[in-house]
Amino acid sequence: MENKVTAAGRPAETPQLTELDFRRIEKKEKDLGTVYRRSVWKELLKEIRGNPMAIFACVFLLTMIIGALIAPLSPYDPNAIDLPNKFQSPSAQHWFGTDEFGRSYFTRALYGGRVSLTVGFSAMFVTICIGAVIGIFSGYIGGKLDMLLMRFTDIFLALPSMLLMIVLNTMLKPGMTTLIMVLSLFSWASVARITRAETMSLKARDFVAASRNLGASSVRIAVHHILPNIMGPVIVAASLGVASAILTESSLSFLGLGISIPHASWGSMLQAAQATILDRPMMAVYPGALVLLTVLSFNILGDVLRSALEPKIVK
Amino acid sequence: MPDQTPVLEVKNLCKYYSVKRKGLLKAVDDVSFSIQKGETFGIVGESGCGKTTCGKTCIGMLAPSGGQVLFDGKSVHSMSKSERFDFTSRAQMIFQDPYASLDPHQKVYDIVAEGIRIHKMAAGRAEEERMVLELLDMVGLNAEHAMRNVHEFSGGQRQRIGIARALAVDPEFLFCDEPISALDVSIQAQIVNLLVRLQKDRQLTMLFIAHDLSMVKHISDRIGIMYLGKMVELAGADELYRRPLHPYAQALLAAAPIADPKASRERKKTILAGEVPSPLNPPAGCRFSSRCQYRTDRCSQQLPDLQEAEPGHFVACWLYENKR
Repeated sequence: MENKVTAAGRPAETPQLTELDFRRIEKKEKDLGTVYRRSVWKELLKEIRGNPMAIFACVFLLTMIIGALIAPLSPYDPNAIDLPNKFQSPSAQHWFGTDEFGRSYFTRALYGGRVSLTVGFSAMFVTICIGAVIGIFSGYIGGKLDMLLMRFTDIFLALPSMLLMIVLNTMLKPGMTTLIMVLSLFSWASVARITRAETMSLKARDFVAASRNLGASSVRIAVHHILPNIMGPVIVAASLGVASAILTESSLSFLGLGISIPHASWGSMLQAAQATILDRPMMAVYPGALVLLTVLSFNILGDVLRSALEPKIVK
Repeated sequence: MPDQTPVLEVKNLCKYYSVKRKGLLKAVDDVSFSIQKGETFGIVGESGCGKTTCGKTCIGMLAPSGGQVLFDGKSVHSMSKSERFDFTSRAQMIFQDPYASLDPHQKVYDIVAEGIRIHKMAAGRAEEERMVLELLDMVGLNAEHAMRNVHEFSGGQRQRIGIARALAVDPEFLFCDEPISALDVSIQAQIVNLLVRLQKDRQLTMLFIAHDLSMVKHISDRIGIMYLGKMVELAGADELYRRPLHPYAQALLAAAPIADPKASRERKKTILAGEVPSPLNPPAGCRFSSRCQYRTDRCSQQLPDLQEAEPGHFVACWLYENKR
């Protein structure tokens, strides 16, 4: 570049950045330390606070969980038969009244909640474990294995699951563990699909390439980079999974294939209420409303989690 | 001063992609060059001319379709597993996009420490911590930054983290894939400055890719210019800028903005007509023949090789054939 000549006839100094300037800027930036603090939890709280439905869902679910946990504090045995006191109306002692065997209906509802929530959470947990492992394998390794695993997944998605669940439940020893296993067996497929898709998109990202370029093994990449990054969608799927597991559990119990008598579950309470539905409709309303509200709450929670977690996944 | 042992030798490197129903895309076609120890080799060219593909193939991230890359005399693409693992600690890369290249769910500390952990370079927790903090300090971040999440940082700071990550394994070769193109101009200067400093301090050999001509000149010892997967000119940085030989190089340099309106007005302008042809269907003969103002019949029939037109100055153009 030519130097310009000023009016005085001297060549003007072209402003040139020297290394010193760079150092100065660097130092400044180092001290300044721009911070953009964002946290998932804060985002979630904000999301919940701005949404009355979400507040309701959270409060309701917390109440249900606490209720299920402190159920043994109830003065009544949920399975003790007390025929003289059958079909009592709600009172100070029995908040929901008593059933056809004189058992405290409120206590039974609490114990039923215990079963429903335990089954819901456990089935969801098993579902996520199976689904995530298959999804990550399939998406990360790709190729033939991916093809095979995904066709296998497709088969499970296409099966008439309710029918098979009924068959399996009649064949196996009834109980909570069987129920959880059967429920997870028929719901991991959709989780596998989600995690596979996420894994495939993450696999192509630069930070995974960088890690591989540092010599990281596939296992290391899957555990350190893929897994934490798919947690968002997985958590959302999990919360919806709990809802559907509770619903299916209730349906199976209603059909008499879930928790065995005399233990209470919301489904089996509904089934028992069936016989007297015209005389005492409230017997069906209590467990029915509990199932409805619990499932609804989990679904709302799923939506809230989605909007709080997923924008960050895209980033 | 760079000494004369090549660290990286690229011989007739080709990288083709087959595109469905459209044929073969020759992203990198018969490119050869070598990089001496301690040298910075710049590659310049338009978007899509194969710069990044070329670089990624050089450090083994992509498999070549033909030709070979020798690192310290050993072929990068036919290494055994343990040799390959060893290679990852010797050749590292800095990515173009500082947002996509850092795991959004990790703390800065973990990102920088990853290479140290993988290669088991620290004897214990305390040494690892000391190494990470040292690296952060080296790239101009402080200890307080270590426990933050990456999304709290700006583009320039993120690029510093990326540099610290690459240098954690103490590599001798660094491939910089347009490390500054995603940054503000003021930050670009800082990052280039940092890279120059680090290269001096650690005697790094660098392959630097960019499309900002002034930055490449500032950082590189020698520069290669690519056009549609071909290396069209290769020369020392100053020599190339003083006297570009290839018509494309001339046009490219003439298009670089000058921060002085007067000089800018006075300068001779070579404006290229037309667009870059599709790499799926490049012109026969010289790739540049469809846009070249000196085109002859021969240009559209025969492909010129990269030949030494002057000592240390290589060009692939029929115009300079008689000077050889």
